[in-house]
Amino acid sequence: MFLVFSVVIVVFSLLTVTSRRILRAATFLLFVLVSTSGLYFLLRFNFLAAIQLTLYAGGIVVLIIFSILLTSHISEKLAVPPVTKRIYAAIAAIAGAVLCILTILQTQFVQKTLDPARVHIRTIGEGMLSTGKYGYALPFEVISVLLLAAMIGSIILAKKRKD
Amino acid sequence: MFEGVPVHWFLVLATTMFFIGIYGFLVRKNLITMLMSLELILNSVCINFVAFNKILFPEHLEGMFFTLFIIAVAAAEASVAIAIIINIYRRLVNIDVEKMNEMKY
Repeated sequence: MFLVFSVVIVVFSLLTVTSRRILRAATFLLFVLVSTSGLYFLLRFNFLAAIQLTLYAGGIVVLIIFSILLTSHISEKLAVPPVTKRIYAAIAAIAGAVLCILTILQTQFVQKTLDPARVHIRTIGEGMLSTGKYGYALPFEVISVLLLAAMIGSIILAKKRKD
Repeated sequence: MFEGVPVHWFLVLATTMFFIGIYGFLVRKNLITMLMSLELILNSVCINFVAFNKILFPEHLEGMFFTLFIIAVAAAEASVAIAIIINIYRRLVNIDVEKMNEMKY
């Protein structure tokens, strides 16, 4: 099951960055995000997987598709980037990936025995609002202020000017 | 299911996805496709956090909370970026990064 999800993720993310039609690229991105949420379900983070589905796959992809429809034609194909640029980018990406993967494979990790228990939603809520150790009240407040600021900022930015 | 899967596989998967995102970010010229590559990068980091949390440190839920915060930041970032992109499109009629060389209006 893990193999299926990871193959889907890798193939569709490659298609996302190489597809010449921009709307298809957005659809492939949707597949990547949905199979990532499947990985979270496998790891038994059900709440996180639901958040991934609703926020990423439901919210961000729809936002991206809307902006694609606002800014470009559907049938329009993107220009193929020049070969030298593609080669240099591929060299940079592959070199970085090989370096990181070699480092990962040489590292010994101490794996714990897995508990199959699901994360209870009560635990998440109490962790979000507690101020003690392993409590996340301050990041929670900061993120709410950030969301408010982003909301106001994007409304002001996208608003039509009068002049 | 995933019981026999070592943590390395998750990390290798996340690394592959991260560098595919880097490749897309370097190659693409359209602003929206660059934003999509950025989403790939953020998503791979989320997979990393979750795998570390579940397989290596299952006592506390730090990785899960960080992933929640990353998703929230990604949502805010995407909305602001798309507002900026639409504003640029309204002024300059295209959204290629290479044709965008004037910051004043």
